[in-house]
Amino acid sequence: MARTSTAARSTIPAPGKIPIVLTINGIATQLEVAPWTTLLDALRDHLDLTGTKKGCDHGQCGACTVLVDGRRINSCLTLAVMKDGAEVTTIEGLATNGVLHALQQAFIDHDAFQCGYCTPGQICSAAGLIAEGKAKSSDEIRELMSGNICRCGAYPNIVAAIQQAMGQS
Amino acid sequence: MINFHYARATDVADAVRQIAADPRAKFIAGGTNLIDLLKEDVERPSRLIDISRLPLKSVEETAEGGLRIGALVPNSDLAYHPLITQRHPMLASAILAGASAQLRNMATTDGNLLQRTRCYYFYDTATPCNKREPGSGCSAIAGLNRMHAILGASEACIATHPSDMCVALAALDATVHVAGPAGARGIAFSDFHRLPENTPQCDTNLQPNEIITAVELPARGFTVNYSYLKIRDRLSYAFALVSVATGLELEGDTIKEARLALGGVAHKPWRDPSAEAALRGQAANQSTFTRAADLMLRDAKGFEHNAFKIDLAHRAIIRALTQASRGTPQSQSNKKIR
Repeated sequence: MARTSTAARSTIPAPGKIPIVLTINGIATQLEVAPWTTLLDALRDHLDLTGTKKGCDHGQCGACTVLVDGRRINSCLTLAVMKDGAEVTTIEGLATNGVLHALQQAFIDHDAFQCGYCTPGQICSAAGLIAEGKAKSSDEIRELMSGNICRCGAYPNIVAAIQQAMGQS
Repeated sequence: MINFHYARATDVADAVRQIAADPRAKFIAGGTNLIDLLKEDVERPSRLIDISRLPLKSVEETAEGGLRIGALVPNSDLAYHPLITQRHPMLASAILAGASAQLRNMATTDGNLLQRTRCYYFYDTATPCNKREPGSGCSAIAGLNRMHAILGASEACIATHPSDMCVALAALDATVHVAGPAGARGIAFSDFHRLPENTPQCDTNLQPNEIITAVELPARGFTVNYSYLKIRDRLSYAFALVSVATGLELEGDTIKEARLALGGVAHKPWRDPSAEAALRGQAANQSTFTRAADLMLRDAKGFEHNAFKIDLAHRAIIRALTQASRGTPQSQSNKKIR
């Protein structure tokens, strides 16, 4: 958990909220955010898109991974205000017309999770990985997925699921 | 996290004007280190000036045959850029050895240079740290110092610069281009970061209100005989205990030109002209490499938990030079060290 300091919060008058527009899972969404609101907190607390998880909140675990303008990033280390005008895809936006994304189905097929907390980040990260097109071998998948930690240790099945989805893309 | 104001810069001149107008303002681009430091209350700016939309995102060829990398080129774009992979593969390799795919998508070239140390005490506001709070003392010297410096440290600070990319940029003789109230200037990469001495709060020689606009690489790129070898506690996604960037130009078995830089061992990427001189004109073999390693580490000093890094660095230098001389650079996906 990030530490917060009450004293720190009161050092300057709170600046006003800033209106921004994010296109989230294809829907243009207007919201007002404080300058220090992360994209992760905007998604979870302002828009009730709680599929994106807060793990470490310091860019070390990957649970908060979303796609911004098609690229995978850590939403916990992103200020929402800096992404004004961007297209954001979260785990809620991957399925189409009720049909699971190939990665979602592959994670089920390969039992690629236990507790499931890291899974939205793993799947969004894997979607970014496949779009980047740099990983071919299992070594390369492991290396380029190293920003997503799984405390349950489902890594072998996660790699297998990604390989299955890659074969379909 | 402290409350702060937010503003966007419209161009480089506007960015310089805005930062000069508020002594407690900071620039933000990728944010991967700064937002973490904000959350930890280590950085407490009054205002963030967003430079992420400035048009500094291209890699261009220079008239001298080199490359000019815009300050805001993301790390991942740089690592996979065809001009970088073809002409400076050591740099591409070093970038891919650092952080994670997500962080590399966010992090920028200038931010990589300006990231702060990951010394535990710098991050822990409950402990003294001369870098965070000048004059408060160094908790690492008598504390946990496994990650810390073995070269160039001072009694005030034994922190290391955490970058992988910068180790390659040092070895490649890059130039950092900056703009500021007094105009634009270029800084040789070896002069950009500094040793802690008794002012460890200053990581670099960047002057107040200056902004990095580009990093320039010279034409010479070491496209065949190079390696970036990174040794760390995990196979991936961890900071270096020791890393080595090296490039050689060989004529037969003879070394014509040599570059050697260490990461994870000092307050800046560590180069030593005497070690490189000891490689030039010599046969590319174990005894030459050993002599270079001896020279690189002749002033190395370990602390309670990091003395192992001296032997580790010695072996890593010899191994990286061997990899470079054979034209078999370290893979950043298959981590077997050959």
